[in-house]
Amino acid sequence: MAIAEQQPDAVATLGWTGVLHEWTTTVDHKKIGILYVLMSLVFLVVAGLEAILMRCQLLVPRNDFLPPNTFNQLFTMHGTTMVFFVGMPILIGVGNYLVPLMIGARDMAFPRMNALGFWATLFGGILVYSSYATGGAPAIGWFAYAPLTERTFARSAATDLWALGLLVSGIGTLTSGINFIATILGMRAPGMTLRKIPFFPWTMLWTSVQIVFAIPPLTAALIMVLLDRNLGAHFFDTQNGGSAYLWQHLFWFFGHPEVYILVLPAFGMVSEVIPVFSRKVLFGYEFMAAATAAIAFISMGVWAHHMFAVGMSKTLDLYFAAASLLVSIPTGIKFFNWLATMYGGKIRFASPMLFAFGFLSMFLIGGLTGIMLAIAPFNFQLSDSYFVVGHFHWVLIGGTLFGLFSGLHYWYPKVTGRMLSERLAQWQFWLLLIGFMLTFGPMHISGVLGMPRRIYTYDANRGWEFWNQITTLGALIQVPSYALFVINITWSYFKGKPAGDDPWNAWTLEWATTSPPPSYNFEEIPHVRSRRPLWDLKYPDDPDWKYE
Amino acid sequence: MTATTLSSRQHAPESEDIPLTVTQIGMIAFLASEVAFFSTLIVAYLTFLGKDTIGPTPAEALSLRVPLVSTVFLLSSSGAIYLAERGLHSARPGAFRKWWALTILLGAAFLAGTLYEWSELIGVHRLTISRNLFGTTFYTLVGFHALHVTCGIIAMLVLLGLSWRCGLSATKGGGVELVSWYWHFVDAVWLVVFSVVYWWGR
Repeated sequence: MAIAEQQPDAVATLGWTGVLHEWTTTVDHKKIGILYVLMSLVFLVVAGLEAILMRCQLLVPRNDFLPPNTFNQLFTMHGTTMVFFVGMPILIGVGNYLVPLMIGARDMAFPRMNALGFWATLFGGILVYSSYATGGAPAIGWFAYAPLTERTFARSAATDLWALGLLVSGIGTLTSGINFIATILGMRAPGMTLRKIPFFPWTMLWTSVQIVFAIPPLTAALIMVLLDRNLGAHFFDTQNGGSAYLWQHLFWFFGHPEVYILVLPAFGMVSEVIPVFSRKVLFGYEFMAAATAAIAFISMGVWAHHMFAVGMSKTLDLYFAAASLLVSIPTGIKFFNWLATMYGGKIRFASPMLFAFGFLSMFLIGGLTGIMLAIAPFNFQLSDSYFVVGHFHWVLIGGTLFGLFSGLHYWYPKVTGRMLSERLAQWQFWLLLIGFMLTFGPMHISGVLGMPRRIYTYDANRGWEFWNQITTLGALIQVPSYALFVINITWSYFKGKPAGDDPWNAWTLEWATTSPPPSYNFEEIPHVRSRRPLWDLKYPDDPDWKYE
Repeated sequence: MTATTLSSRQHAPESEDIPLTVTQIGMIAFLASEVAFFSTLIVAYLTFLGKDTIGPTPAEALSLRVPLVSTVFLLSSSGAIYLAERGLHSARPGAFRKWWALTILLGAAFLAGTLYEWSELIGVHRLTISRNLFGTTFYTLVGFHALHVTCGIIAMLVLLGLSWRCGLSATKGGGVELVSWYWHFVDAVWLVVFSVVYWWGR
């Protein structure tokens, strides 16, 4: 491969304003990807601090650390931020950086629309946070149930800013979804048929399909909220015949695919990491690919399992329970394939693999509590309790975040040309794993003991005190873990060991170019003949395409 | 390496899989998202249909006179844009511009019909967006469709200007094809909206 070209010192040649100008006007998918990830990390810190404040309030019964209204604002902003300004943009950012590299393209299909997507997401986030300037953030919860969002109950402009911010960032998300679809379907390197596509781009494709079908209904519903609030329309205005029930359907029609938008890319990341660190090809590629598509399809039809306690008809309850249970089949296929990939492999316990293990074990537990909650009668009992909070954090952190960290540790050397400190990464992993289990494990118990979500305080004699204290302790243990990650990526950027083009001895195209890749990615667009094009290059005597 | 070989869209897509260009794929994905958007508005319309306790009801307020004429305008504009595209492909820029301008005019006539209808609804029937559930859902659904027609007209005006100033050709005028897809889509949405609002809903 070409010798890594010397990256000239950008500040020396351009000056600070030049660098700033370059990054704000860039349409390079790699720079935009980095901007997405950095923005998400800032929002992650903000939303994490909001969570810590809430945990401090719940440390002891009848605490008056935070007033109730502030508490309501905090859980609204925590949820909104984590879903819209951390989870989605960080996955889209990683996808932005990697998808063109992995499929052998020079950029995304629509580079300027790509930049538009990032800036719309960022300004959407700023709009949502500007609601604090109206005298307080909205206190409506992240799923903003009607009629709480009506003027009658949320009088300040905070809720308008919240809706506008999500609308604007939703447009950003939608453009990136469209961009991924066009890029992955239309710009693969010669020879890379759909059946030879690396697994991470494959999951990004299906995530994007879900974005395309799930975001517009949210946009429409947010427009209805804004019309209700500002022009006196009656969509969700229950006093004038509007329907709170309609909002729930519309929101969860977006909200449930959203869960899979957040987790499919993480599936893709560990599906890249596990084979490389087990020194085996991904087991059952076709089944994995089909399972991804199946999850995308089925998850479009399960949204009302968030609404069992509303009192839908028995038929709807049955349908949505059965459909939700059905998702566990393709997900199970994936699990067995990951395990089979590792089986008999030469496993290396480097940090990406460690996080992949964390993903496998934790996401499994989150999936199992999901099966419990899909059973309607069980759900009646525990709806809106801390059990639900424990469940979805287990899925989103145990699944998405562990998978994401696996990917970030795996691809950091490609992005920066330097290795992360393995020691810091191990500390980060163990602190996160322990802190995470201590935080969200006890929530299942306090939920079963009857603690509702979103209460700002509780009485001492309920038996919830101990479990809440463990939860708060766990949250505090997680703090240094995130700090170590920030320290690690900063320190390694300047002082890390040089990585070389292919530090993990991997097989996909992004490792065939330099680290960091030049702005044009590849000097020559590679020709692909198998699912492991780099293996074919490394071992011309024993190429994969002979056997596929 | 020259600038052309670095262009991101240089290498042709693998036609063995998908015989479309990236811009075509992108447009299809965008139109799919629009399907989801309009479906949501239609679901809201149907949810509240007939649930009003105060009038006016669709049967009282809506007349078919103006919308039928508007519909004819919009549907024939699909034919006009098809002829415009054919003009472009057979390298007759004059024919392209003539039919393209006619498409714009027909779209504008449709919008004029909507304006007339709305002024009647507001002035005579006192139906506003805040009057009742029918007003709320009607203006949102029909209004967002009209907004899409407006966006299409703006895009067509831009391309018309480009055609005048720089000339468009079948190879250089990719935007023409995509805008015509969008226009046909907006037309198809109107057929659904018309059936739901003026036929089924009355």
